Amino acid sequence: MIKILDYGVGNVRAFLSLFHRLDLPAEAAATAAALDGASHLILPGVGAFDQAMAMFDASGMRSQVEDLVLGERIPLLGVCVGMQMLARRSSEGVRAGLGWIEGDVQLLGNGEAGERLPHMGWNDIRPVGDHVLARGLEDGRAYFLHSYVFELADRADEIAVTDYVRDFSCMIGHQNIVGVQFHPEKSHRWGAQILRNFARMHPC
Amino acid sequence: MLRPRVSPTLLLHNGGLVKTRRFAEPRYVGDPINAVRIFREKEVDELFIFDIDATAQQREPDYALIETLAAECAMPLCYGGGVCRADQAQRLIGLGVEKVAVSSAAIARPELVSEMAAEVGQQSVCVVLDTRRVPGEARHELMLHRGRQGAPHDPVATAIRFAKLGAGEIVFNAVDRDGMREGYDLDLAANAQLQLSVPFTMLGGAGTVENLSELFKVCGPIGASAGSLFVFKGDARAVLITYPDRATRDRLALIALSESIV
Repeated sequence: MIKILDYGVGNVRAFLSLFHRLDLPAEAAATAAALDGASHLILPGVGAFDQAMAMFDASGMRSQVEDLVLGERIPLLGVCVGMQMLARRSSEGVRAGLGWIEGDVQLLGNGEAGERLPHMGWNDIRPVGDHVLARGLEDGRAYFLHSYVFELADRADEIAVTDYVRDFSCMIGHQNIVGVQFHPEKSHRWGAQILRNFARMHPC
Repeated sequence: MLRPRVSPTLLLHNGGLVKTRRFAEPRYVGDPINAVRIFREKEVDELFIFDIDATAQQREPDYALIETLAAECAMPLCYGGGVCRADQAQRLIGLGVEKVAVSSAAIARPELVSEMAAEVGQQSVCVVLDTRRVPGEARHELMLHRGRQGAPHDPVATAIRFAKLGAGEIVFNAVDRDGMREGYDLDLAANAQLQLSVPFTMLGGAGTVENLSELFKVCGPIGASAGSLFVFKGDARAVLITYPDRATRDRLALIALSESIV
């Protein structure tokens, strides 16, 4: 059962609607007990890094999620701020991240190139390897809504890139833990494809 | 590369969708849930939904309806109408709305924008400015009280202030062009393009796909929103929901790319 972590931050309902349309069983989980039977986890996130981390820490689920993800190694997908939470830290805030994928989160650009922030709208996804999460994306694109990006410590963890200001990692992954900077739940057929791909991942 | 955003704007009035002309003559267009479903099938870039009565009637947003609409959206949704507190924004984001729009409440109390940004993040805060070209002059001004009264403030300068306060997007809504299908206010758009460092969207005036092209030629990959263009067909304004196909949008993206600053 795909469980969407409902810790008060993020678009849980949109994921449930999309999985329902895809005929993939999914539920929201707001407590540690509700995580029973989870085969896949989605960590959504919108808003500010510190607030998201604080809410997740206060949710009572973090310990159980760590057992599942770091112990049993079930697949987990971090979305938008949820992907940024996988980092060691973010320059947007002062709290520590989960540190599950090596890297830090930085502001995209520095304003000198005249770029508009936040990065808002549809942009192209360019896979860099053959990761299962990025399979089947014809003219891959998705909706982005963010100002910060994940700077990977290990390039091998990069699954796909997007160009805004410069190339940045829009999809990342390390073993069973993956992340997408964009909103797959709001990216029509391409987001649906990525979520279908995620549902096919196995513990590793 | 970032693509330009082409979005329908839908107006809610007494639970149904309406279209207006210069903010007057609301005309029933259809059921909102049905319209959202059709736009989802057409894979629109994003959707703006504004409740045009909520603020004037001083009531809360219709959360139940918004939650239903958001659940039907496989694309981002921006909702506005009746929002005057940050906790409302938080609640709307929780219901599946990506961006929350404020207009008169922000003009009355600009700190609201900072409060919302602190609550839901700058990227989810949208400020809508109703504008018009001052009759007989080259400059623009804000319009207040549902587009009935001009106020001598430059819209782009106002937008810059709101961006500093935490707005992640500005929507310039040209009251004098609403429903007229004579094209966007390109002078205002060009000004915003030069001075604004946050994304912005033009609304009001689009009558043809060529109008979208004109806008992107001037501004690069910004947002172009429209009501009439995607909801009416022909001079008799028969109700028909349409949206440019993928080939047309790819063509628009190329036009915007040649003007892009990044």
